[in-house]
Amino acid sequence: MRAVSRIGAIRGFAPALGVLLAGAALAAPDAAMQERLAPCVACHGTGTSETDGVPSLGGQQADYVVTQLFQFREKQREAPPMNDVAAGFSDDDLRAYADAVATLPAPAWSGPAADPALVARAQALVSKHQCNSCHGADLAGRDAIPRIRAQREEYLARALTAYKSNARPGYDPAMNEVAQGLSEADIKDLAAYVARL
Amino acid sequence: MTPATKPILTRGLAAALACLGLGTLAPGGSRAQETPASSAPPASVQIDRGSALYGRPEGGDAAKLAPVAGPPLATAAAKLPLDKLKVPEGFKVEVYASGLANARSMTQAPDGTLFVGTRTVGKVYAVLPQAGPDGKRAVKTIASGLHRPNGVAFHDGALYVAELSKIWRYDDIAQHLDGAGKPSLVYDDLPKDEAHGWKFIAIGPDNKLYVPIGAPGNIVLPPDTHAQIRRMDLDGKNAEVIARGVRNTVGFDWNPKTKQLWFTDNGRDWVSEDIPNDELNVLTEPGKQHFGYPFCHQGTFTDPEFGWGHSCSEFTAPAGLLGPHTASLGMRFYTGAQFPEAYRDAAFIARHGSWNRTAKLGGDVVVARPGPDGKVASVEPFLTGFLQDNKYAGRPVDVLVAKDGALLVSDDYNGAIYRVSYGQ
Repeated sequence: MRAVSRIGAIRGFAPALGVLLAGAALAAPDAAMQERLAPCVACHGTGTSETDGVPSLGGQQADYVVTQLFQFREKQREAPPMNDVAAGFSDDDLRAYADAVATLPAPAWSGPAADPALVARAQALVSKHQCNSCHGADLAGRDAIPRIRAQREEYLARALTAYKSNARPGYDPAMNEVAQGLSEADIKDLAAYVARL
Repeated sequence: MTPATKPILTRGLAAALACLGLGTLAPGGSRAQETPASSAPPASVQIDRGSALYGRPEGGDAAKLAPVAGPPLATAAAKLPLDKLKVPEGFKVEVYASGLANARSMTQAPDGTLFVGTRTVGKVYAVLPQAGPDGKRAVKTIASGLHRPNGVAFHDGALYVAELSKIWRYDDIAQHLDGAGKPSLVYDDLPKDEAHGWKFIAIGPDNKLYVPIGAPGNIVLPPDTHAQIRRMDLDGKNAEVIARGVRNTVGFDWNPKTKQLWFTDNGRDWVSEDIPNDELNVLTEPGKQHFGYPFCHQGTFTDPEFGWGHSCSEFTAPAGLLGPHTASLGMRFYTGAQFPEAYRDAAFIARHGSWNRTAKLGGDVVVARPGPDGKVASVEPFLTGFLQDNKYAGRPVDVLVAKDGALLVSDDYNGAIYRVSYGQ
């Protein structure tokens, strides 16, 4: 498994991660869980991903992470290498990883602010498609509904595109339903805007 | 995969179709009768109406409401909300089986094996009839990786399983409980819409397979292929539309006295906290009845958008009302001998519980008793307690009269099956 081979490579990051987690508002995972998180952090970053196509996990809703890990394990959602990573997880593993991931600090956009024209277009789309209804007023998610604010732009665009084509069947069909009404330009605007929150 | 085409009509096209009389079938009319079932997409324009949120008013408290799916992992047996559940005097409720994540629709083989579909986890389970030494019944996963396999029906040794757009038959299922069975395709002339795409199925006393196709959104003028119930031969041939104007039925059964099909139907969202009610309907003239959607709801209320130009008298009124937004899903007539006489031929209905309502309603099993006029005379609570402080401790999906006369109830929130028995 790819993830296993990574554990050795990034073990040195674990102490740094521990310091970081100790300051998190939620209960920090124990030392064993920090070690388990190490391969996650290697690709996903310590909350904020620096890797193209790989989502940031910081501040993610634990119930959402459980659901995604479950979908990876069951191959309902195909996203290499996550299907292999999750293949051997028990239900308890899914919960433990999800709880640990949720303690990572949430990503925040640090680049230049979004262009006002983009903001206007995207806010109209957010209103029209009622993104706030499930994802919350600040798009930080709740329960099994994910935090999407400050997520990586290309990841958001890919997710919406895959929901629209049904290539990514949601755990619940809500996103497949709502994405049917999005054009390619809409997806581009939404991804750019939400990533910059 | 190719992008799914949303066969949802624009308002202009809707008006044009209404002029042609399509979709406005009055009871006794025959335009839709014998219409061959087909999923060929009609000319359509994509607009954003497939979302469950379509129709929501802007801002305010409505924005706090959204459907939320239950967890993908089953609740441990010891943590099930059994101590919260209440049944009438003389009845007893116990856990029949646990560990069936997202347990939804049920069917039972003559040997007592219970088959259970799922909506979100892609699996179909079998629960063995005999409990082991630890008092627990073994749960087998007979299939996984399916797409919203909500519907299950046992018949002549075979298990029929309905995915979102395909219906399969697993022959000699008793010999393939470990998941090695290779199914045969029965029918796939079905739309692929995710909205209301998961299916309840059943095989009627006429030995035909009954398959509903929900409306592809909250409130839309459905294409000719949607918002209906079809029936077909057990090999999938000779499909015909037997009921129209059905928004989304996720449970039906045949009245043991009249042999007529009764079905629940989930009403539209976002009109109001208090209307429309979910419906309990009776099909008395297969192929000839339109049950109102999207023009008339609960038999009395014309739709604020699609109802103009219509009267509810054009449509078949429901036999009973089941509460606003209650998500009335599974329903079966009580045909067992274990319960008191007052329950004979009454209908048990699982109400999954509302999401489109500030004060939640449902999250229970109710009993509907037919009156002499064929309508529902009363609807009373039977199994309650899933709703605690406006939060769900569990959510009933389907009810099934077991071979021994007990009532089995599935709970997709906890992944469990409960058993309600009397006088034992």
